[in-house]
Amino acid sequence: MFDFLQGYDLLGAFWVTVKLTVLSAVGSLIWGTMLAAMRVGPVPLMRGFGTAYVNTVRNIPLTVIILFTSLGLNQTLNVTLGSDNFDTINFRLAVVGLIAYTSAFVCEALRSGINTVPVGQAEAARAIGLNFTQVLTLIVLPQAFRSVVGPLTNVLIALTKNTTVAAAIGVAEAATLMKSMIENEAQLGAVSAVFAFGFICLTLPTGLLLGWVGKKVAVKR
Amino acid sequence: MTSVLYDAQGPRAKRRNLLYSALFLVAFAAVLWWVFTSLDDKDQLAWEKWKPFVHGEAWSTYLWPGLKNTLKAAALSMVIALPLGAVFGIARLSDHVWIRVPAASVVEFFRAIPVLVLMIFAVAAYSSYTDISSDDRPFYAVVTGLVLYNSSVLAEIVRAGILSLPKGQSEAAMAVGLRKNQVMRFILLPQAVTAMLPAIVSQLVVIVKDTAIGGAVLTFPELLASVGPMSAYYGANTIASFTVVALVFIALNFGLTSFASWLEGRLRRGKKSTGATVPPAAVAGTEAAGAGGGVTV
Repeated sequence: MFDFLQGYDLLGAFWVTVKLTVLSAVGSLIWGTMLAAMRVGPVPLMRGFGTAYVNTVRNIPLTVIILFTSLGLNQTLNVTLGSDNFDTINFRLAVVGLIAYTSAFVCEALRSGINTVPVGQAEAARAIGLNFTQVLTLIVLPQAFRSVVGPLTNVLIALTKNTTVAAAIGVAEAATLMKSMIENEAQLGAVSAVFAFGFICLTLPTGLLLGWVGKKVAVKR
Repeated sequence: MTSVLYDAQGPRAKRRNLLYSALFLVAFAAVLWWVFTSLDDKDQLAWEKWKPFVHGEAWSTYLWPGLKNTLKAAALSMVIALPLGAVFGIARLSDHVWIRVPAASVVEFFRAIPVLVLMIFAVAAYSSYTDISSDDRPFYAVVTGLVLYNSSVLAEIVRAGILSLPKGQSEAAMAVGLRKNQVMRFILLPQAVTAMLPAIVSQLVVIVKDTAIGGAVLTFPELLASVGPMSAYYGANTIASFTVVALVFIALNFGLTSFASWLEGRLRRGKKSTGATVPPAAVAGTEAAGAGGGVTV
């Protein structure tokens, strides 16, 4: 039944998908947090930059960004990201593109979390004499983080699915393998079922587990 | 200006903010300078490379035909996905387990799978089982993939829209003696549609962005796919082509996003609705990036 899988590195392809997802998730969490800090901070210039970045990047298709990293950054401007191996370069370029894109959504998720904390909480904290650092670390951020798990889960799942766009610049991940398998095997239904199942295995448990965590830790108001 | 995070600023805080602004400006200027010098090194800022976009020849030959395909695929996908999504969304709210469970599994199945995988499947299926010409196949495949994915997302939006209505609406309708499907048809759906409109418009942004996947991977001749022939014809103006294409996408999607939020504000104040709207962020998987997500991506 599944003997057509022989000769293909199915697990290897999904492993590349997982690597793309994890690296981009970590990167966009860092850059997205910095963007969110800019957007909620007191400095007007940084607020403007954060807003402009998010509104611009959110409205460009991810495919445009990823293709640009390859055709624009790599082939026109000769950015190599410290590697001379073609495959490694494309993988790293894809990660850079995914981070640039996903950070905008991470930023919005974090900002919505901060916005769910009622101003009264911070005012009460200041009234009992806590200073800025204490207000932030003891009162506001713990509440914000707890309400942000759900939205961030959605971003993570979207990111997992978005890694397939890296196929556009020849990264050897699941969608790339699926394309070549369908061209070589006369088993359209079976091949598609295998890849659909693979992605369901990646996204569904993540969604269920983190969704449960999110419900558990969310602040009831 | 008081926010959750900081109080109104005194003179010291204002001085500190000025310092931060100055530091940020210096860093930003350094990045900009690096971008410009590297572009200049590769001769990407030469006037010849940008001229076609100013004089309009590139628009009529490459950009406009591509944009037309993008809009055609997006509009068609939306028109097909909306009724499908409504059917599945209502089916998920059914009182009968044997309707609710299959509808839920179909919706969850298509939401868990990347759009690109659906598109690749559709291309192969059309080439094996239909006689659609190979020129039209990418277009059909892109629309099929978008419909399958987005109808399941729209099903969730419809469900959230109906659930967002006050319980009294259906209770009152039942009390007047309407049957279940009458309650749905005459009372709940019309009100839910207004609540859902902003989220539906936001979903259009996702659809427009996802058409580009078809351009890059399935040779569907849409706006992004015009970059290749364009930069070849106008002497390797890759950066200029990408910039213009990105700007067109930004203008289009920013217009849609602004329209969605204007609509939301208007419906909130409107007299005819309950004032309930479904923010796109409330539905997991909207606003998500194409093959993707809502705050969501």
